[in-house]
Amino acid sequence: MSNPDILIHGVRIAADLNERGADAIDAPAVDLRIRDGVIVERADSADGGIEPRAGEQVIDADGQIALTGLVDLHTHLREPGFEQSETVLTGSRAAAAGGFTTVFAMANTMPVQDTAGVVEQVLRLGDDAGYATVRPIGAVTEDLAGERLSEIGAMAKSRAAVRVFSDDGKCVHDSLLMRRALEYVKTFDGVIAQHAQDPRLTEGAQMNEGALSSELGLKGWPAVAEESIIARDALLAEHIGARLHICHLSTEGSVEVVRWAKARGIAVTAEVTPHHLLLTEELVRSYDPRYKVNPPLRREQDVLALRRAVADGVIDIVATDHAPHPVEAKECEWDAAAFGMVGLESALPIALLTLVSEGHASWAELEQLLSHRPAAIGKLEGHPTSLSVGEVADIALFDPHGSSAFGLDRLHGLSVNSPYLGMELPGRVTTTIRHGYLTLADGELVDRETVAAAAKAAAR
Amino acid sequence: MRHLLDTRTLERERAILILDTAEEMAATQQRDVKKLPVLRGKTVVNLFYEDSTRTRISFEAAAKRLSADVITFSAKGSSVSKGESLKDTAQTLQAIGADGVVIRHPASGAPERLARSGWIDAGVLNAGDGTHEHPTQALLDAFTMRRRLFGDTSRGRDLDGVSVVIVGDISHSRVARSNLWLLHALGANVSFVAPETLVPYGAREWPVQIHHSLDEAIRVEQPDVVMMLRIQSERMHAAFFPNEREYARHWGLDDARLGRLTEEAIIMHPGPMNRGLEISSRAADSERSTVLEQVANGVSVRMAALYLLLSGERGESA
Repeated sequence: MSNPDILIHGVRIAADLNERGADAIDAPAVDLRIRDGVIVERADSADGGIEPRAGEQVIDADGQIALTGLVDLHTHLREPGFEQSETVLTGSRAAAAGGFTTVFAMANTMPVQDTAGVVEQVLRLGDDAGYATVRPIGAVTEDLAGERLSEIGAMAKSRAAVRVFSDDGKCVHDSLLMRRALEYVKTFDGVIAQHAQDPRLTEGAQMNEGALSSELGLKGWPAVAEESIIARDALLAEHIGARLHICHLSTEGSVEVVRWAKARGIAVTAEVTPHHLLLTEELVRSYDPRYKVNPPLRREQDVLALRRAVADGVIDIVATDHAPHPVEAKECEWDAAAFGMVGLESALPIALLTLVSEGHASWAELEQLLSHRPAAIGKLEGHPTSLSVGEVADIALFDPHGSSAFGLDRLHGLSVNSPYLGMELPGRVTTTIRHGYLTLADGELVDRETVAAAAKAAAR
Repeated sequence: MRHLLDTRTLERERAILILDTAEEMAATQQRDVKKLPVLRGKTVVNLFYEDSTRTRISFEAAAKRLSADVITFSAKGSSVSKGESLKDTAQTLQAIGADGVVIRHPASGAPERLARSGWIDAGVLNAGDGTHEHPTQALLDAFTMRRRLFGDTSRGRDLDGVSVVIVGDISHSRVARSNLWLLHALGANVSFVAPETLVPYGAREWPVQIHHSLDEAIRVEQPDVVMMLRIQSERMHAAFFPNEREYARHWGLDDARLGRLTEEAIIMHPGPMNRGLEISSRAADSERSTVLEQVANGVSVRMAALYLLLSGERGESA
């Protein structure tokens, strides 16, 4: 049995909102019909729109904005190995709640995603759950140890068709190994996503290095530890002619290094997290480990530089670095706490707050940042390039109006280590459609059985 | 006062209140019977996650002289080494009925976590956390300076215009930090002297003069107080400086430098001292040295802090 048709009524299309600072109402309202996983009809509401049919799920999306489904190039799903923090199922539910239809799952699982067997297992868990397309990221080095290349070819040729390789959480710091990794991954049309962190300069580091880290007595994490690795890797990528992706830029200096590399014509792409676009090191004064993250929260001027870099196109994508941890990993003294924040459910509201409302990006650009470009970097096949007839129906609907306190009810993964709890955030994801079926309807996740069955039906 | 966690947020008036209360406490310590009944029935827990015999016995003496019941919880050999969390320990102390917790912890911010987490209702007194703060040490240092400078007229006074030079491993020193904030609030002019490797990153944004040369600092700052910090030998292995000889030559308070201090200048050291490294024996044992006064004053200052934290109704302010 195929999934029921869906009719979206009166929605504004993000791609039509290509002026920074423009009001959502400036674009024409559009009706979209979805059948068998693809968009089959599109009509302006002003021209009469599309008449509903019996048996069709009708979504009244007046005042809402439709984006192609969001793609997160940087998610930690924790399974296998750390199922007390998150599973593929719970993490992809959080993704659906945030408007994501695809997540790239980082390799630091246990066992590490460094063989074809493990990446295929993660792929299958994602397919079975059905809340999002789960694309495993392969480890660059065996067991993330930074010593020997992992079976990159086997992972690339596996059913998981891995194209992104990363030791995220750890930096591929050995220069020669990084060179070989860039070369070898190029062989399989992949990209290295580098976690830029010089390990010697950040031994025991706890927060951004500056007057504040010295005052608080927390070991400093100098900006240069990130910037020097980015500079080295950009030069290596240029030398080899390889693609390079830089994870979670966090400093003003990193922006300048990437700007320089791009001006030189180096094939480098850069990512920023929502939390680095909003939060500053001042929050660490509380010693509340909810604010402990890698890379660390930086200064106000870094936050502002990162926003401008998004506006300038120096930064290509926004990715969450969703990093779930159990309560006990954060309910302790700062030094003992784990690094990381959950971020899938809050990504779009934070992007609205820091980029759209501040005039750094239009809705059309936001769709590029959170959907099209991460899909392109990750070589995600079949991802819609627009909300046009014939495209795969991976769609997120967002209501940008109003604001609400971000509470525990907004979190749908297993962990609650969000830095935004209690904050007033704008807008709300109302609907997520993956491959033509609903995963989030009217702000509520569709139940597991229904989604799993719909995924199975859509896969046929 | 609800807690005493740092001197960074301690206002001048409150600091002077503590110092004046310590004067009262010191006066009682001249009597034959040193014990006061003010904390009778209260329980003070010394929660020490780091070895520090000096600080621990100072707090113990202070609490006992106020008639509090004292429980010492040394994390070495306790369930902490088996991995009990700070939260569980805090809740255990809560169940025991602790009114005050004196905590020494290697992690900066642990006292703050204990105080703000809701795990425990007790007043929290920071007895040194990581490289963050050691507020009672700074208070006893300020108390010692005030007494040496003003004698019997100390009460109610701040340290306006007093020149204090702090020498040594500033970078890893919670004593230096707590002293800077407190002395600055009290109006003193503070200087740090250290090789660049031992100056905290970003300290040039703080209200402090920074010198690389001790000789220059003595000449320029004309210090009323020279405070020498303990140098730990493991710093050498981490490339902060090459060896002891080089350190002593440049940053040690040797006899020649001792001779260049002004007539009234005093020499302080939080102890324990490395004689011959950061301080010569002649300097340590001279009339100018306040090392033993600091120990005695430590008890008075800690009595004052415990008294203000734990006696009577406990307010909400920090």
